[in-house]
Amino acid sequence: MGVATLFAVSIIIFSSMELLPGDFGQAILGQAATEDTVAAFRRELGLDQPAIVRYGQWLTAVLQGDLGTSFSGRNASGVDRSREVVDLVAPRLRNTLFLASMAALFAIPLSLVLGISTALYRNSVYDRSISMTTLTAISFPEFFVAYILILFLSSLSSVFPSLANVDADTQFGERVYRVALPALTLTLVIVAHMMRMTRAAIINLLASPYIQMARLSGASPTEVILKHALPNAWAPIATVIAFNLAYLVVGVVVVEVVFVYPGIGQLMVDAVARRDIPVVQGCALIFAMTYILLNLIADIIGIVTNPRLLYPK
Amino acid sequence: MKIKTNIYSALGEVSSVYDRRSIWTRSLISLRKAPYTARFGMVIIFGYMLVAIFAPILAPYGEAQVFPKPYAPWSSDYIFGTDQIGRDIFSRMIYGARNTVGIAVATTILAFLIGGVLGLAAAINRSWLDQVLSRSVDVLMAIPSLIFALVLLSIFGSTVSNLIIIIAVLDSTRVYRLTRAVSLNVVVMDYVEAARLRGEGLGWIMRREILPNIMPPLIAEFGLRFCFVFLTIAALSFLGIGIQPPTADWGSMVRENASLIMFAQYDLKAGLTPLLPAAAIALLTVAINFVVDWFLHKTSGLRDDQ
Repeated sequence: MGVATLFAVSIIIFSSMELLPGDFGQAILGQAATEDTVAAFRRELGLDQPAIVRYGQWLTAVLQGDLGTSFSGRNASGVDRSREVVDLVAPRLRNTLFLASMAALFAIPLSLVLGISTALYRNSVYDRSISMTTLTAISFPEFFVAYILILFLSSLSSVFPSLANVDADTQFGERVYRVALPALTLTLVIVAHMMRMTRAAIINLLASPYIQMARLSGASPTEVILKHALPNAWAPIATVIAFNLAYLVVGVVVVEVVFVYPGIGQLMVDAVARRDIPVVQGCALIFAMTYILLNLIADIIGIVTNPRLLYPK
Repeated sequence: MKIKTNIYSALGEVSSVYDRRSIWTRSLISLRKAPYTARFGMVIIFGYMLVAIFAPILAPYGEAQVFPKPYAPWSSDYIFGTDQIGRDIFSRMIYGARNTVGIAVATTILAFLIGGVLGLAAAINRSWLDQVLSRSVDVLMAIPSLIFALVLLSIFGSTVSNLIIIIAVLDSTRVYRLTRAVSLNVVVMDYVEAARLRGEGLGWIMRREILPNIMPPLIAEFGLRFCFVFLTIAALSFLGIGIQPPTADWGSMVRENASLIMFAQYDLKAGLTPLLPAAAIALLTVAINFVVDWFLHKTSGLRDDQ
């Protein structure tokens, strides 16, 4: 199923090249380009061949890790200073993964603790205030959270730097310090989602008869939640976590732009503004792959923790 | 019309006819019972609507009127100062209510038209149509919508109509899923079967038999979808590929004035300027969420415990 989806997604992303209007060779190379250079450019892209053949070639190339060549850096005189998409993407992908995993490292334990504790003290003042806060936080655009954090932690009190510019030589400690604000923003955004969904999953379970039974047999509320409800809640919670990590993939785009962080999201936004299709395709493919993969992992965890799901009624 | 409760007479009960409460009385009664959060939300939404409608009257200056004073501080002339090329920020915020919210509303309505009609059609005609539509929606939903929107915008270019169509199509997948799911329960009812035997067409069954019965979840979803669309458009404009200047829009205003935030330690007001449009976005989404929460609570036990 996952493979089929990936295949369909690759067709969609590939056909984005097909949908480009008219003669974009001229548009990219500039007005001064001669007919020969334009023709050469078209031949290089393989536009003189039918679409299915090109799709086959593109797919094999992608499977071998070759995402094509960027449009930028070409000019009318035919001098080709363009770069391979893979060279552009690889270092930035590492940065993005670093940022995302740092946010996940904070967010997952925090939201689990909050979700379980609010389910435990349901309808108390503690629960209500946390619910209100998270509902509000969900409604905020990511860049609003980011700029509020910049205002307080960087502009007014300069605890953290407001620009997260790192390069390959930055030391690990320095790197953590510089990405602190973007990671904090992402954490705040996804904790709200994750915590609400964890809480809902556990409360859902608390309505089942066997929990009632455990309560009647004299188990304490903490024991009921930790020993009886939680083991059955792992599947929905895993789904929630994977879903939110997938959400992280999207949120990272906006946050990277706010903090001028050299990640793959910013690369993609720049490429969209320049209409540099090969780069956009490469980035979109990576994002979509991560997204599908995470959802697949969630399904697998769900099946492992609850093998009954394998056999539909 | 009052029935005397201390004496019972069958004649009295039969003869005193209750007025049927009009829809206004009924909504007024439920409004009076609404919690404070929902009332707060409704007041805010109403305020935004007023500002959007009367924008040209309320705004002191024009939307793209340029003054020779870029980055002017807050003053009585320019309430929130001016931006990087000298446009009055307060006026642009007011016009922004019209542009940003207007585009988001148009997108949401379009998304509901597409998703709702297709979802109903798939639920009624459960053959190849349902299969084709559901599988293609699965594929579309496999790509994160912001990323997909970025790809499509890079192909078609960022004009307002493209923006509306692209986001509406991407969002209609969620509407489709919901409409199909809720109407599947209604389609199997006997009265739908009766209408079909009567020889009513697809359009009639959709509008007169099923739609009235799936309204509450759809209305709630409309609110939530609107928030989502609104945030997506704001994010795209913030990234510089949504609504293009000189149209005033909250997302792009945040980006244009973002550098001011670093001056907060010298002049707090200047530092707050880029946050104002962002706060306007946040306030509206919070307000809508409050109202939707209350509405869901009222119409059904759905999401009661979340």
